[in-house]
Amino acid sequence: MPRLLKRQSVLPGFGLTVGFTLSYLSLLVLLPLAMLVLSAVRCEPAELLATLLSRRTLAAFRLTLTVSAIAAATNAVLGMVVAWVLVRYQFPGKRLLDALVDLPFALPTAVSGISLAWVYGPQGWIGRHLEALGVQVVRAPLGIGVALVFIGLPFVVRTLQPAIEELDPEIEEAAASLGAGRLQTFLRVLLPMLLPSLLTGAALAFARGLGEYGSVVFIAGNIPGQTEIVPLLLVSAIEDSRADGSYDYQAAAVIATAALLVSFVCLLAINLLQHFARRNQ
Amino acid sequence: MSIEVCHITKTFGRFVALRDVSLTVDTGELVALLGPSGSGKTTLLRVIAGLEQPDPGSGPIRFHDEDVANCPVADRRVGFVFQHYGLFRHMTVRENVAFGLRVRPRRLRPARAEIRQRVTALLRLVQLDFLADRYPHQLSGGQRQRVALARALALEPRILLLDEPFGALDAKVRQELRAWLRRLHDELCVTTVFVTHDQEEALELADRVVIMNEGRIEQIGSPDEVFHCPRTEFVMDFIGQVNRFHGRLENGKLYFATLAVDAPQWTDMPPRTASVFIRPHQLEVELARNGQPALPATVEHIHSAGVRVRLDLVADCGQRLYAELSHERFGQLGLSKGSRVFLSPRDVKVFPAPSTSP
Repeated sequence: MPRLLKRQSVLPGFGLTVGFTLSYLSLLVLLPLAMLVLSAVRCEPAELLATLLSRRTLAAFRLTLTVSAIAAATNAVLGMVVAWVLVRYQFPGKRLLDALVDLPFALPTAVSGISLAWVYGPQGWIGRHLEALGVQVVRAPLGIGVALVFIGLPFVVRTLQPAIEELDPEIEEAAASLGAGRLQTFLRVLLPMLLPSLLTGAALAFARGLGEYGSVVFIAGNIPGQTEIVPLLLVSAIEDSRADGSYDYQAAAVIATAALLVSFVCLLAINLLQHFARRNQ
Repeated sequence: MSIEVCHITKTFGRFVALRDVSLTVDTGELVALLGPSGSGKTTLLRVIAGLEQPDPGSGPIRFHDEDVANCPVADRRVGFVFQHYGLFRHMTVRENVAFGLRVRPRRLRPARAEIRQRVTALLRLVQLDFLADRYPHQLSGGQRQRVALARALALEPRILLLDEPFGALDAKVRQELRAWLRRLHDELCVTTVFVTHDQEEALELADRVVIMNEGRIEQIGSPDEVFHCPRTEFVMDFIGQVNRFHGRLENGKLYFATLAVDAPQWTDMPPRTASVFIRPHQLEVELARNGQPALPATVEHIHSAGVRVRLDLVADCGQRLYAELSHERFGQLGLSKGSRVFLSPRDVKVFPAPSTSP
């Protein structure tokens, strides 16, 4: 074991760097999370269950998970198209379009939220026409979906782009010379090859969706039990306690721990999926 | 199945890859397209396969009298082996080979058991049946090459096209696969065209060699013909090693370097410049003048690790020369680095310049 750890390396001071990495990560990641879990566990079991199983909490979790999953799936499809176009075709303005993809990353999420709420609101450019068709976006789960699709797109595009660039055109030509049509080539050859990257991108978009706050609150309307997402529920749990003067973080800690577990399980599942998809490549 | 391409031109932007190329390949023939990189050989192969559309105005492409110029790749029934094999890395060897059969429309698709049987037979043919369930990344280069070949053969193609089939392999494997491909071709008797930049490979393997340069066909002929009777300067220069001189023809005499030799067949021609070629093995190496016209030279380097001894020399006129002789003769002469020798040409190949020049 000591020999294994003491391998020669360009980075000087194995002990120093590892020590730094460990303490830095502990301070930044592990410590706060541990505090959170601890304060949740210290809660009375009955109170814990009451908080967790309340209709409002369950609804928020159901909503967040479903909408995040749908948004991630939508992004998987749309992001694939965008990434494909950006890699495979040459056209004027391509650089600009490519830069636009990063915008949801770069914008303060509140800015995205407000602009989306404007555009899809009853008076907005798009919302006006949707309203006429009887489709309500703002103050509805659809609005949350729109915000999460907006926020998640860059994750899928940016993880897929290098994978598509790496695809040898020979592969497609080989499929064609063996008699495969365009659709067969895509479904049987290209998609399986891109699947690991696609899953990674979608997983990142999903994870981001679970935690997204800023861009959602403006468009969601935040009606408890209907359009209230988990992060918002956390905020209101704290606000509520402040209102009656107790500053009780316990309910919030319980919900947050549950959210942490859910995220963790989801990521674990997706990682396993990826592992199997990547196994032979 | 014969192949006939007529007056094919292909440009990529401003680069002309093929200039009015016509070629006929007979049924069951094994033909090599040989040329330096950028000569258009791969483009010609891809045009035959249908992976590349010739420019408008090009002539027909016929497979056994049937015009396939407007027929997409998928319908041409050609087996194409790609330079980097183009294997599907997420499929096993067996799945790769079965791919062409599996993507057929349902009514044309053989039953599962039959596909399995045919794939096994093909893998046996390329001697890889023991690797059927491996993935491409678990195979060596030579094995991948054979999987690609088996995959191309699965559809019982009328024509087999190979792009630099041995390009990415090391010398030993290359030699083995070459002999193996020749046997396989003789067994299956499928019309085969392959691209190579390795002249040794082309001359050893092919029935006929097509030599290409700058988008044109320079010469088509048997390996013997192109080696011994090159029709153009380019072919002379490209095939085998050669010493090249700028010379002059005048009154039945050929002048080059410091030599003047009789050239009776050019007597009636007005004086003009000419390119002069001498193969290394056609240079007689002597220690003293023997009455023949000879170039004095100094031995600069000796390569004796081979079937024959190769000498790098510098002639007194400053030109670099190569000569080749047997180990026996080399021993007799007792040459070493720096030895003074006289080189007399046994056979000279002359290409007079097309127009008279002063």
